[in-house]
Order: sequence, then structure tokens, then C-alpha cells
Amino acid sequence: MNKPLRHVAIAALLMFAALLINSNVVQVGQASSLRANPHNVRVLYGEYSRDRGPIVVGGKDVARSVATHDVLKYLRTYPGGAAYAPVTGYYSLVIGASGIEQSEDPILSGSDDRLFLHRISDEITGRTPTGGSVVLTLNPAAQRAAYQGLKGVRGAVVAMNPTTGALLALATSPSYDPSVLSSHNSRSINRHYHQLLHAAGDPLIDRALSETYPPGSLFKIVTSSAAFSTGRFNPSSTIPTPTTLRLPDTTVDLHNFGGESCGNGSTDTISDAFRISCNTAFAGLGLKIGIHALARQAKAFGIGTSESIPLPVAASQFAVDANRPNTALSSIGQYDDALTPLQAVQIGAAIANGGVEMKPYLVAQVRGANAAVLSQTKPQVLRRAVTAPVAQQVASMMELVVRAGTGTAAQIPGITVAGKTGTAQHGLASQHLAPDAWFVSFAPAENPQVAVAVLVEDGGSLGSDATGGAVAAPIARAVMCAVLGCT
Amino acid sequence: MTDVAAPIGIKRRGTELALIGFGLVLTMVAFTSASAAYSSKLPSGLLSDGLGFIALAGVAHLAVRRFAPYADPVLLPAAVVLNGLGLVLIHRLDLAATSRAKATGVSAGTSAAPLQLVWTIIGIGLFVGVLVVIRDHRRLESLTYTAMAVGLGLLVLPALLPASHSTVNGARIWIRFGGFSFQPGEIAKLALEVFFAGYLVRKRDVLALAGRRILGVTLPRGRDLGPVIVAWGASLLILTRESDLGSSLLFFGIFVAMLYIATERRSWLLIGVVLFIAGSLFAFHTIGHVHDRVEIWLHPLDPRTITDQSYQLAQGLFGQATGGIFGTGLGQGRPDLVPFANTDFIASTIAEELGLAGLMAVLVIYLLIVMRGLRAAIGTRDEFGKLLGAGLAFGLALQVFVQVGGVTRLIPLTGLTLPFLSYGGSSLVSNWVLLALLIRISDSARRPAPDRPDVPDEAATMAIRL
Repeated sequence: MNKPLRHVAIAALLMFAALLINSNVVQVGQASSLRANPHNVRVLYGEYSRDRGPIVVGGKDVARSVATHDVLKYLRTYPGGAAYAPVTGYYSLVIGASGIEQSEDPILSGSDDRLFLHRISDEITGRTPTGGSVVLTLNPAAQRAAYQGLKGVRGAVVAMNPTTGALLALATSPSYDPSVLSSHNSRSINRHYHQLLHAAGDPLIDRALSETYPPGSLFKIVTSSAAFSTGRFNPSSTIPTPTTLRLPDTTVDLHNFGGESCGNGSTDTISDAFRISCNTAFAGLGLKIGIHALARQAKAFGIGTSESIPLPVAASQFAVDANRPNTALSSIGQYDDALTPLQAVQIGAAIANGGVEMKPYLVAQVRGANAAVLSQTKPQVLRRAVTAPVAQQVASMMELVVRAGTGTAAQIPGITVAGKTGTAQHGLASQHLAPDAWFVSFAPAENPQVAVAVLVEDGGSLGSDATGGAVAAPIARAVMCAVLGCT
Repeated sequence: MTDVAAPIGIKRRGTELALIGFGLVLTMVAFTSASAAYSSKLPSGLLSDGLGFIALAGVAHLAVRRFAPYADPVLLPAAVVLNGLGLVLIHRLDLAATSRAKATGVSAGTSAAPLQLVWTIIGIGLFVGVLVVIRDHRRLESLTYTAMAVGLGLLVLPALLPASHSTVNGARIWIRFGGFSFQPGEIAKLALEVFFAGYLVRKRDVLALAGRRILGVTLPRGRDLGPVIVAWGASLLILTRESDLGSSLLFFGIFVAMLYIATERRSWLLIGVVLFIAGSLFAFHTIGHVHDRVEIWLHPLDPRTITDQSYQLAQGLFGQATGGIFGTGLGQGRPDLVPFANTDFIASTIAEELGLAGLMAVLVIYLLIVMRGLRAAIGTRDEFGKLLGAGLAFGLALQVFVQVGGVTRLIPLTGLTLPFLSYGGSSLVSNWVLLALLIRISDSARRPAPDRPDVPDEAATMAIRL
């Protein structure tokens, strides 16, 4: 029996040889493609076990990782809390990442090519790769003022430096604490995420960037710019200011705010109509210059295009093919007009910056783990919205709004503030929803350092009595003061 | 006959003790290393559990020294190091489960390692018991038909029991009563190997000689095909009734190999292969889960099944790829992401944390047991011992091949355990009994035989002539 026994031994040896060869194929030959498979969560877990770099605002971390003793070696924490949540986003094992955590992930996790040399030294010394840090453009005082100003209401604030495009404040309300979504307890994450998804006011929505709202009278900045750009109008031109305007081709009458008349009830200068935000005057002006001039100007301000700052931003919209009655409504920011708060501040900033619109950005610097600056964002011109003279004309009208018009609540002693209110009807007329309140402003008018847009949904605390001047302007004032250092 | 040092009559128990010591050192280093990944303190069980395991290995060694002094010195150390490594890996996966439970707030369930240690105690107890009670393996020959009854009974029992007493995770291979559950297949395997050996010794002449030549191959007579057809039918029955692909393959493979050894007739191999192919085709086309297993084997990374049916295999492959050549180090990888990492997929746990190097080392240790077992079969003088030894050793080889081959995607995945390593009482205990039988046969092969002066030399007992 020994001969077949030897054959069986050879068979056993061959079986083991096959196992050994096959293991080499799997663990060496196919290893890199298996490691790269998107379903291989080990890669994800490995990433979550890294010392992720911080997100920094004004020298302080608003998001940072701290060492822990569990399997995922680092826990992401958010000292910036809810005030910075729309910017930092969350970094969650269960629901992924959002905000800067997502858009700047290569830097924060340490996988970016700019960290290449650092990574090589990590490989050699056997250290776990450490991420770089992301320094934001935000101004802590402005961000605090913006978030506190929104306390108790639904809305958003965006502030930027009009000459560079650097964003100084980006707040949304209600907000949430990102740390509850970034814990290591998946059950707790799921519970909190579910709660936030169904919470009143949709705290997970970034109102500053991803929602658009009818701009109301704010849009008169665009209508005025379009009118002055034709060369046929200037702020002193007189236009009809009837108490009611019959919309062309309809039997519908357009009224002014509260049914009031503007000026003497028949004619007024554009500047004065702008100061008191006369609807019939601007609807008539819009009809005169036509939908094409309005659409061209809206496009020149960037309405209809979407940016990445690097967070994704929703495109604002203007109805280019409106018929005549809707053109009249579009001219005063109703009908299908809808702006993100970011687009609103871009419009204000373009006026402040002599008609040149700068590209808005959030990331000032990217640094390596050793704090060396790897890249610095340079301001970029996005587009020319209006000519310098037109910008000057609109700016002077906006100064008047704050000095003696609907925006007096934004006055700052010793500083010239330029602004425009907006009080926008939304929803169906039958719903009688309280209007959205807007305010866009910049200061100081002669040397603008800050532009702000404030949106308060459904009139905030004032409800249906709300106007942009009463609800939104004080918040804008606080943010401008935080940047300029007044009280 | 060349003049080489013959192992006959040489005890080499010192070598065995030294090898066991080496295996224990490896185990303790692995234990400390795995625990260190989770805590900066020395593992609390290092003293009690570690010393306990050392004592068990010592008891097993003393039993061999006393009751099988001429046995091969490699067999016991190989089993000790595999059992020790298994305990470390199961403990390591317990730590991962505890840590995960802390993070997720879900209860971790009972720790497996302490239970496996209890099963190790029982296993080594039975190992000693077999060596003490069965002083001569030939006594088992008289139990041939008892073994058949026990083996078949255990095998068929899960299929006859109601599902509530036989099904765990979809496989109907258990016997469950109250809190006690047990997989009879492993013990049935041992009983059937005893039966095959005894039966074939009695029938080998008729199965070997009768027949006629067709196309240059001597085929057995039709009526002598009975046993192989019965074995084949029983395997298919296990497959269809109990959904146990692995055991089905294992039993048929062992039977055909033993039939070939007993008869020295290649036509039996041919018949076995033909029946295997026919059975495989039949199963692939008619049994849904066999078809699924083959599909998963061919396309484990298919996005449609990767989160569901092929999740386990895909995660196992990811773990093996992550391990690479040298592994992540014990406690540094994430083998706990693979379902059943401490039983079915313990090979992928090894591959991830100890790397290709570790997995290959483990495979070589199995190969050592198999080759030393076959060598004992060659060396032993009685036919029953030869057949039993060969059956036990080849059965082990086939089980490791089917198990590790499934996990590493060499062949479709089946549901067998990895001997000595996998978590599970029935598997561990029956493998210690298997080892005791191999040691018993090896002892008889190397024991000086005063009545037989023409003892074979070292070269003659090599499993493979080098």
C-alpha cells in the first residue's frame, strides 16, 4: 500500500502548493486593486484613524482632531460649534463628510500632493500620516456677530471683503453642533442625524449657499444698474411714481408697500424712488428698459452661474423669457427672481468695488503639518458687473437709503454706510406668508472694507410687519461694526 | 537499504519538548502583542491563561512521553502552536468586538476566547484519554461497524431533526438542545475514517483484483461499485439535505483516497473523479445555494452582491490584500470587519495581521502534520493502521485545502472549519482526538519490533522520496 500512499502524499503536497501560490496571487498580485476597491472600508477606517489637520479661523481651531483610545485613533471635535457648522461641515463615519471637511479633505487627511514630501518622511519614519491645516478667511468677530444676530430666526448672513472676495462671515440659522455627527458611536450618529433631518427649521440646510430666495426690492440695485448702463437714465432722471401701476396686458394693479404712494404720487427722481423703495417706479423703469437689458445685467452680476468657494453654491436665477407683466414684477425682485445670500452680497460688493466683482473664497491658506504655508489664495477678478461710473451712481443712491431712507437702522456714527432693503413676498398670495426680509450693505462707502448680505426668512420675529430695514438692517450693522471695530 | 539513521526505536521526546517550548514562546509573544495594540498594560490573562495553556501543553507532552514514547516529535508541537495561535486570534477578535461595542453602544456578546480555552482543556483531556485507553490502534478495527453506525448516525441526525434543533445561520449541520450546541460532522468524520479503514481492509482483495480490462484500464466489476456509489450518494444527500458543501466534498474525497490506497488501483481514482464531476454538475444545476456559491466565487466584487451575498468573501479578500507580505501586525488590522472572522474566516484574519508570511507559515505547519501523518502510515506495519493513518492525514490536508482555498478564492467557499485554529468546540475536540490517533499510529510505526527484524529505514518511510 506504500506506493499509492506516496501518490496521496504528492497530491497533498500539490494541494498545499496551490494554496501557497494562490495566497501570493491574492496578497501580492491583486493586493493594490483590492485595496483600491471602493467597497473596501478598511481604507475609510484607515483615514479615520489619522491625525487629521485642523480648520483654523483667526488663529484658533474651529475643527480639530484629538487622540482617543478606541479603534479609530482620533476623534473630530468642533470648538467652533454651531456658529461655524455651515463652513466646517461634519466629518462622519456614517454619513460621510460635508463643508470644508469634504472639499479640503485631501489636505486635512494628508493625502494631497502638496503634502508629498511630508508624506515620504512619514513613510520612512513609520509615522501615521498627519494632515495639513486649512486657514479660513473668516473674521471671528464678524462670524460671532452674524450668528448671534440670527439667534431665534431662520436666515443667513454672508459678509465679504469687496476688494478681495475673501469671505468674512458665513452664518446660517438654525444651525447644529457638528460634533454629534462626528462621534465614533454610529448609533448615536444615526439618531442625531435623524433628529436633525426632521428638526424644525432644517438646521442641516446651509441657507447662505444652497437656498435661493426672492430678493424683493433688493433687486432694484440690478434694475438701476441696468437702467444707468443704457446711458438713458441717471439717478436724477425723473420717472413716474403712480400709487398703483396697472400691469400691462392684465387687469392686475401693482401697489407700493403698504398701499402707500411714492413722493408726490406722480413723478420722482430715480434716486428718491430708490431711497423710499418705490415699487411702481421701478416696475415702470424695468418695462422701459426691457427684459433683455435686465437679463443682461443680472447675468453680469453672476446671477445664473454657480460658484464653488470651495463649498458648492446654488445658482441664483432670473427669468430671462418673462412676458411684459412678469418683466415688471421681475424688476422689483418678484416673479421668478431668486438669489442666494451669497449672490446678494456679491452684488453689493461689486457696487462697492467700482463695479468689479471679486471671486468669493473661504480658504485663505493651506499649511503643512509643520505649519509651513503650502499655498495662499490670491484674490481673483470674477467679472465686471457695471462700469465704475454706474457703480458710483448706484453706491450714492445706497448711501441715501441708509442716511434717510428705508435702511436707517444700519447707520453707524462716523462711518458712511451704503445699503438697500428688500422685503419679498413669497409663496402664493392666498397663503399670506410673512415676507422674507433682506438687507445688503457695505461700509465705509468711500473705502469699502466689508459688504454684508442678511436674509431673515418670514420676517423673523416681526412676522408680517417685517421689512428689510427693520429686521435685517440691524444684523448687517452689527456685522459691519464687528469688521470695522465700532460698537 | 542505505545506511542512514533510522528513527525506529529512537524516542526523541526531548526534541518534542523543545519544539513545544518554541511554540509556546511564539504563542505568548503573539498574545502580548495582540493585547498591546488595545491597551498599554500587560494583558491581565497573561499569567493565568498563559500558564494554563503552558500547563496543558505540558500535560499533553507527558502523556505522549508515557503512553506513546516513540511517536513523531513534530506532531504535538505543531498542534500546540496552531491551537495557541487560534486562541490568540480569537482573543484578539474579542478585543475588537469589545472595543466596537464600547464605540457603538451595542452589546458585544460573550467573549469567545475563554470558551475556546475550556474546549482546549477538554480537547487535550480527550487527547490524553485516547492515548491512555487505546494502547494499540488495531483495537479500533473491531469497532468497524460500530464506527459506521455512529458516523452515519451523527451525519444524518441534523437532517432528521427539526430545523430549530439543527440549523444555525442557514446551515443544517448542528445538533442543538437547550443552551448546548454541537456540530456532529467533525466527529462523524473520525468515525467514518475508522469505518472506511476497517471496511477496506476486509474488502480490499475483491475490490483490488476482480475486474476486466477495458481500454487499458482494469475496471472493477459492477457489483463491486456498491461501496463507492453508497459513499457518493451519502455525500450528495448531505449536500442536498444539510446544505453542507464542505463536508460533502471532504467525505467523498477521503473515501476515494482510502479506496485507492487500499486497492492500489487507479481505476478507482478515475471512477471517483467521474462521479465527482457528475455530482458537481448536478449540484451546480439543481441546488440553488451551490450555484450561488460558484457565482460568488467567480465574481466576489460584483457591486450587485458585494454588500450582500459576497460581502464576507469580498471583505476577507480586502483583509488579505491589506495584510500584504508582512501583515499589519496583531491588533493593528481590521479582521473584525469580516463576518465570522474567528471561525470560517480565521485564515483571512491571519493573512491580514500576520501577512502572507504568517499564512504561509501556518500552511507549512499543517503540511508538516499531514506529511508526518502519512509517513507514520507508511511506516506502520498493519494494513488497518496504514489506511487509518492515511485517511486521517489526507482528510486533514483536504480540509485545510477546501477551507483555506475557499477563503482565498482558489475554489468556491464551503463551510468547513480550520483544524485547531477556528473557534468551535466540536472541531477543536475532534481534531485533538485525530492527533492522538495519528500519534498512536506514529508510535507503532517507530516502535522497535522485536518480532520483525527487517525494520524499514528512514528513507523507506519518507512520505515523499526525496
